[in-house]
Amino acid sequence: MTHLAATASTIHLPHVNYVSILPILIMMGGALLLLLLSSLLRRIISTGVCTAITVMTSAAAAVAAIVQWDQVLANGAQTTIAGAVAYDGFSVLIQLLVPLALGLTALVADGYLKREGVVGGEFQVLAMASASGAMVMGAANDLIVVFLGLEILSIALYVLAAFNHRRAESGEAALKYFVLGSVSSAIFLYGIALMYGATGSTNLAKMAEFLARRAVLSNGLLLAAMALLLVGFAFKVSAVPFHMWSPDVYQGSPSPVSGFMASVAKAGAFAALLRVFVSSLATQRLGWQPVIWVLAALSLLVGAIVALNQQDVKRMLAYSSINHAGFILLGVDAADARGISSALYYLVTYTIMVIGTFAVVTVIAGRQDRATGLLEFRGLARRQPVLALALAILLLGQAGAPFTTGFLAKFNVIEAVVLTHGYTLAVIAMVSAAVAAFFYLRVALTMFSPVGEFGDGPDDDVPLDPAALVGAATPGAASGVTTVPPRAWSAAMPGIDELADAPPSEVVEARGKVPVPPATWVVIGFCALFTVVFGIYPAPLVDFAQHATLLFI
Amino acid sequence: MTALATVLLWATATHPTLVDAGTFSVSAALVIAGAIGVIVARNPVHSALMLIMTLFGVAVLFLLLQDPFLAVVQVIVYAGAIVVMFLFVIMFLGVDREENLGAEKLRGQRPTSVILAAASLAGLLILGFVGHWTLGAPHVAGPDTGAPNVNLLGQSLFTTYLFPFEATAALLIIAVVGAVALARRPGGEQKVVDAAPGPLAPELDPASRFVVTPPAPGGNEDAEPSGPGNQNGGDGS
Amino acid sequence: MTVGADWYLGLAAVVFALGLLGVLVRRQTLVMIMCVELMLNAANLTFATFARSLTDIGGQVLVFFVLVVASAEAVVGLGIAITIFRHKADVNADSLDRMKG
Repeated sequence: MTHLAATASTIHLPHVNYVSILPILIMMGGALLLLLLSSLLRRIISTGVCTAITVMTSAAAAVAAIVQWDQVLANGAQTTIAGAVAYDGFSVLIQLLVPLALGLTALVADGYLKREGVVGGEFQVLAMASASGAMVMGAANDLIVVFLGLEILSIALYVLAAFNHRRAESGEAALKYFVLGSVSSAIFLYGIALMYGATGSTNLAKMAEFLARRAVLSNGLLLAAMALLLVGFAFKVSAVPFHMWSPDVYQGSPSPVSGFMASVAKAGAFAALLRVFVSSLATQRLGWQPVIWVLAALSLLVGAIVALNQQDVKRMLAYSSINHAGFILLGVDAADARGISSALYYLVTYTIMVIGTFAVVTVIAGRQDRATGLLEFRGLARRQPVLALALAILLLGQAGAPFTTGFLAKFNVIEAVVLTHGYTLAVIAMVSAAVAAFFYLRVALTMFSPVGEFGDGPDDDVPLDPAALVGAATPGAASGVTTVPPRAWSAAMPGIDELADAPPSEVVEARGKVPVPPATWVVIGFCALFTVVFGIYPAPLVDFAQHATLLFI
Repeated sequence: MTALATVLLWATATHPTLVDAGTFSVSAALVIAGAIGVIVARNPVHSALMLIMTLFGVAVLFLLLQDPFLAVVQVIVYAGAIVVMFLFVIMFLGVDREENLGAEKLRGQRPTSVILAAASLAGLLILGFVGHWTLGAPHVAGPDTGAPNVNLLGQSLFTTYLFPFEATAALLIIAVVGAVALARRPGGEQKVVDAAPGPLAPELDPASRFVVTPPAPGGNEDAEPSGPGNQNGGDGS
Repeated sequence: MTVGADWYLGLAAVVFALGLLGVLVRRQTLVMIMCVELMLNAANLTFATFARSLTDIGGQVLVFFVLVVASAEAVVGLGIAITIFRHKADVNADSLDRMKG
C-alpha cells in the first residue's frame, strides 16, 4: 500500500486550462443534464422542453466560444492539457460553428420529432453528444484525440440515423453508415498506428517537430500512414471514391439528421483534416498533395455529374454535398493560409445553407420522410411562395450565385488554388460549378414550374419567369469562375429551358400546403437571411475566417 | 505435465531466442488461422469462436512484447466481454444459420474484394515494412523504464493522455445512451410491426428463418405499401 | 524482443488485410462487425510493437483507448443489427435494398 501511495504522489496532473475546453464541457454537460432530466421526468418533459434545453446549451457553448475568441486574440494560440488540445483561432471557429449548427438542427428536429411522435430526449442527447465530438475534433492536437472525437461524433450519428423506428430505410441507412463508418475508423486507426511508429508520437506538434528536424522523405512507413489517414478522412467527408455510403445514408436517415451529417460531421472531419495535414504534416506536402488533388477533382466531377440524374432530392443533396466536399478540398490542396481561411469560410457558409435546405426538405417530406421526390416540389411556389423563395435562395447560394455567401466561398477556394498554380484543378472546379448550377436550378425551376395546385397539367400563370431566374443565376457560376469556357454552360442552357417547358411526366398527386412549425420557420429564415446578408456584406465573415487562420498553431 | 514444464524451463534458460521464435510462430499461426476462420466460417457462431482464437493469439503476442497488462486486458475485455456480447446477439437474433457463401449477389464483387485487399496488403508491406523504414523519435510520451507496467500505464493515462482518457469516458456514456435509444421500443411500434406482414413471416413459419431469403426483385414496390406508411396515407399534409 | 519488429508488423498487416477482405466479402452483418474487430486488433498489435521498439509507453496507452472504442462500436453496431432485425428477420447486407445504390 505504501508503495502504491508513494507512486501516486509522483503523478503531476497536467495544467488544465478549463476555458480552452469550456464549449466542449458545456455541450457534453448539457447532454448529460438532458439525459438525466429526460429519464427522471419521463412523463413531464416534452419534446419542446428538450429542444429548449438543447438550444440553450448550444447558445451557452457559443457564448463560451466567443469568450475564448477574446482570450485567443489577447494571448495568441497555445496548447493545453499536456499538448492534447489546441487553443487557437481555428479551434474557436469550430467551437462556434458547431453549436450554431446544432442549435439550428435542434429547432428543425423539434418539428420533425413532434410530427413523427417520437417521445423522450434521446434524440437531443445524442445530437449534443455528436456535436461535442465534432468540437473535440476541431480542438484536437493529438491524433488519438482526433480519433476519439471522430468516434464520439460517429457513434452518436449511427444511432441518430436509425432514429426513425417506424421506417425500415432508417435502420438500413444506419447499418450502412455503421459498417462503412467503422471500417473507415479502423483504417484511420491503423494509419495512426503507423504514424506513431514513423514519428514516435501521435501528438501533432511533436510529429511536426520530428518531421521538421529530420528529412524522412523516403520513409515508406510515413507514406503508408498518410495514405491510410487520408482514406479515413475521405470516407468521413465523403470524397470520391469513398463516397458510396452517403447517398443511401442521407436518403434513409431522418431529414434533420441528414442535414446534421452534411454539416456538423463534415465540419469536424474537415477541421481535423486541415489541422493534421496542412499544419502538422506540412513538411510532407509532396507526399499527400497529389492524393488530395485527385480526391478533389473526382469529388468535383462525380458529385456534380451524378447529381444531375437524381430524382430524389435527398440523394441529390448528398451528391451536392460530395461536390461541396470537393470545393473544400481545393482549400486543403492549396495548403497555405489563404487555402485554410477559404476552406473555413466555405465550411461556415455551406453549413448554414445545407441545414436550411434540409429544414425545407424536412417540412416538404411530410410524415415518415416519404415525399422527398423531385416532383413533390412541383408548384411549391404557388402553394407556399415564401418557403419556395427561401429554398430558392439556399439553392442559389449552394450553386454559387452572386449576392449569396456561396459565391464568395467558391470564388475564394478557386482563387486560393489558382494562386498556388493549380490551374487544372481550378478549371475542373469551374466546370463543376457550372454543372452543379444546373441541378440546383432544376429544383428551383421545379418549384416555380407551371403546375396547377391540383396537378392538372401545365398552367401558364407562372409566378416567376424561368428565363429571368436562369439569367440571374448563371452569371453567378460564371463570374465566380472568371474563365469558364462559355460552351460549358451554354450547352447546359437548352436543357434548362426544356425542363422548364416540359409537361409533367407523371400526374402529381394533389398536395395542399405543408405545415411549417414556427421553429422551422425561424431556422429557414435565419439560414436564408444569413446567406443573403453575408452574401451582400461578406466582410465580417471573411475577416473572421482570416483571423482564425492567422491564429492557427 | 511436469516433464513438459521442465523441458520448457530448460529451453527458456538455454535458448531464449529459440523459445521466443517458437512462441511467436505458434501464436502468429493461431492469429492468422483465426482471422481466416472468421472470414470463411459459414456459421456466425463459428466466426465468433475463431475471433476468440485470434484475440487469444494477439494476447500471447502482447506477452511476448512484455506487455503483460495489455495481454490480460485483451483476454478479459475482448474475448471475455465483446465476443460474448457477439455470441449473445447471434443467439438472440437466431441468425446462427449457415450463410450461403457460394452465392454472390453482385457479380464480380468477390474478385474485386480480393484484389483490393491483396493490393492494400502488398502496398502496406512494400511501403511500410519490407522497404526502408525508419522509426520515429524514441520515448516521446515517457520512457518505458521497465518499472511495473501497470504503474507506468496509469501514470501516463492521467498525465500525458488525460484529455483522451476523459474523452473515452464520454464515448462510453454515448455508446450506452445509443444502445438504450436503439433498444427502446416506442409504444406505437408494436402496432406497426403487426401491420407489416413481411417482418413477421418468420414468426409464423419458423422454418423460413433458416433460409437465406433471396432478395425479391422489385422488393421496393412490394414493401412500400405494406409498410408503416399505409397508416397515414403518406401525403404529408 | 528477440523476434524482429518486422515480423510483428507484417503479421499485423496481414491481419488488417484479412479483416478488410472479410468486410468486403461477407454479407452477414455480425460477421462484418467481427472483421472490423480484426482490423482494430491489427492496429493494436502495431501500437504495441512500436511501443516496444521505441521503448515508449504511449503506444500501450493507445491500445487501451482502442479497446474502449472497439467495445463502444460493438455495442452500437449490435444494437443497430437488432433494430434492423425487427423490421426484417434477416441481417444480411444483400437484403438491404430498399434504397437504390
